[in-house]
Amino acid sequence: MAEEVVLMKGNEAIAQAAIRCGADGYFGYPITPQSEVLETLAELKPWETTGMVVLQAESEVAAINMVYGGAGSGKMVMTSSSSPGVSLKQEGISYIAGAELPCLIVNVMRGGPGLGTIQPSQADYFQTVKGGGHGDYKLIALAPASVQEMTDFVALGFELAFKYRNPAIILADGVIGQMMEKVVLPAQKARRTEAEILEQCPWATTGKAKGRKPNIITSLELKPEAMEINNLRFQAKYRKIEENEVRFEEINCEDAEYLIIAFGSMARIGQKAMELAREQGIKVGILRPITLWPFPTKAIASYADKVKGMLVTELNAGQMIEDVRLAVNGKIKVEHFGRLGGIVPDPDEIVTALKETIIK
Amino acid sequence: MTKEEIIKPENLVYKKPTLMNDNAMHYCPGCSHGVVHKLIAEVIEEMGMEDKTVGISPVGCAVFAYNYLDIDWQEAAHGRAPAVATAIKRLWPDRLVFTYQGDGDLACIGTAETIHALNRGENITIIFINNAIYGMTGGQMAPTTLVGMKSSTCPYGRDVKIHGYPLKMTEIAAQLEGTAYVTRQSVQSVPAIRKAKKAIRKAFENSMNGKGSNLVEIVSTCSSGWKMTPEKANKWMEEHMFPFYPLGDLKDKE
Repeated sequence: MAEEVVLMKGNEAIAQAAIRCGADGYFGYPITPQSEVLETLAELKPWETTGMVVLQAESEVAAINMVYGGAGSGKMVMTSSSSPGVSLKQEGISYIAGAELPCLIVNVMRGGPGLGTIQPSQADYFQTVKGGGHGDYKLIALAPASVQEMTDFVALGFELAFKYRNPAIILADGVIGQMMEKVVLPAQKARRTEAEILEQCPWATTGKAKGRKPNIITSLELKPEAMEINNLRFQAKYRKIEENEVRFEEINCEDAEYLIIAFGSMARIGQKAMELAREQGIKVGILRPITLWPFPTKAIASYADKVKGMLVTELNAGQMIEDVRLAVNGKIKVEHFGRLGGIVPDPDEIVTALKETIIK
Repeated sequence: MTKEEIIKPENLVYKKPTLMNDNAMHYCPGCSHGVVHKLIAEVIEEMGMEDKTVGISPVGCAVFAYNYLDIDWQEAAHGRAPAVATAIKRLWPDRLVFTYQGDGDLACIGTAETIHALNRGENITIIFINNAIYGMTGGQMAPTTLVGMKSSTCPYGRDVKIHGYPLKMTEIAAQLEGTAYVTRQSVQSVPAIRKAKKAIRKAFENSMNGKGSNLVEIVSTCSSGWKMTPEKANKWMEEHMFPFYPLGDLKDKE
């Protein structure tokens, strides 16, 4: 499969990108609004072309533990789900982080809490960047704002996951999963051969080759002193990721007097709001975190001396705003605008919120 | 004959399997885990699968199984071992993949993972140690605890009105289309150990020959949890466990 331009849904793009980046396995469970990921994989039958394993598990819990097994054996494996399903996966995610394994998780968020709604939401921000499962761990969190990024972040997620032996997550919302856009699909990459896996993942449980010690994948360490050392190692890795992997996008920020901070679909709406505001003579720029963790703290902090205020717009009751306020550290006004329950706002609602809470 | 003359490789009738390392086991005296570990090591060695085996260790007493057998291991979250094994076997089809699980792990928190992996016919083997109690956490009631049997969470004995009935997972497994070989064994005597080893060998061979999923239950003792001497525990197991969990093959697709 050569590079091609097609029109497709964000969820379909995830499936296509997974096959094309040479993933070895997908383990999932259907849940709206992301079921097209598994459906597309089932339709494309990659097991006949690339040899990729696709399996519908009996639950989200089983799916993430299949990912844990596959990741531990050195394979490039992933899962996808939506908010309530991702809550079920948290046990497994904590184990994967604790065992320092690379894998890709996709969360196409819907409204909650509980069974909630099937409409889009960004209310799993805290769960994603502040923990989710038990213990001190971090996920590398990528927030796509287009179907193209849904495609590109699959390969990027795997790359970062393997680079740091840490789970990566694509945190999208129902809008990005369901909307159709033109997308450039990458050319088919070959899956790694057994020899390549053995060379690249000497830690993996592939069967104990003669002459090497057994590989043991575990997150258990009963001695507190040793467990503290493990945790210090994790934290050192996280600091390294924070130094090297922060990604964000800035539009019209050079002359901005006000900033909109938004991720995912809200950044797309925010961009339109920015245009509307500029037509009215209000100098607005938009800063879009692409990595939610590591968070673009330094970039946002640098604007605290340049702009008069920031409006954080999210499809939740105010979650990322906490990280923005920490970055700004009280220097300027930072307010929140959000719609809840699966409602997606119009751009003019954002302009109104900007005028009423920041500019007034 | 001198000692030196006797101790020669050609005179050796029994030795420790090479896959068992020299770590001192943490299991209690009289526990069945050590014997079952040894059988697994022997079978892997005899099959020549030393460099192609991945074990999935459980939560519970045998969580440290990886400290005793020199093969690759993944430790799974409580009950999730069959899901972990499913992925490894599917991604590495020429590997021998087995899980090692207790009754709390397999028959309680991991019921769904166990039944579905077996029913999908995953080419794995599940070794199921059933000692009718939660050993590691200090002897609480398990799904397999016998009616009337005392534990720290049913101190007056398991009462079906309160706790329901003991769960026969192996009988359930035998009914599933995906299972190739389902058997119940024990390791309290030399003949029993020999039979259990044969069962493990058959299950592992099935796994490699793509016949479907395999479950080997080993009815076991927990001297500490049962608060008995090892000798008494073995006797109690024969008298009380075997009538409810009868030994033998429940299914053999051949």
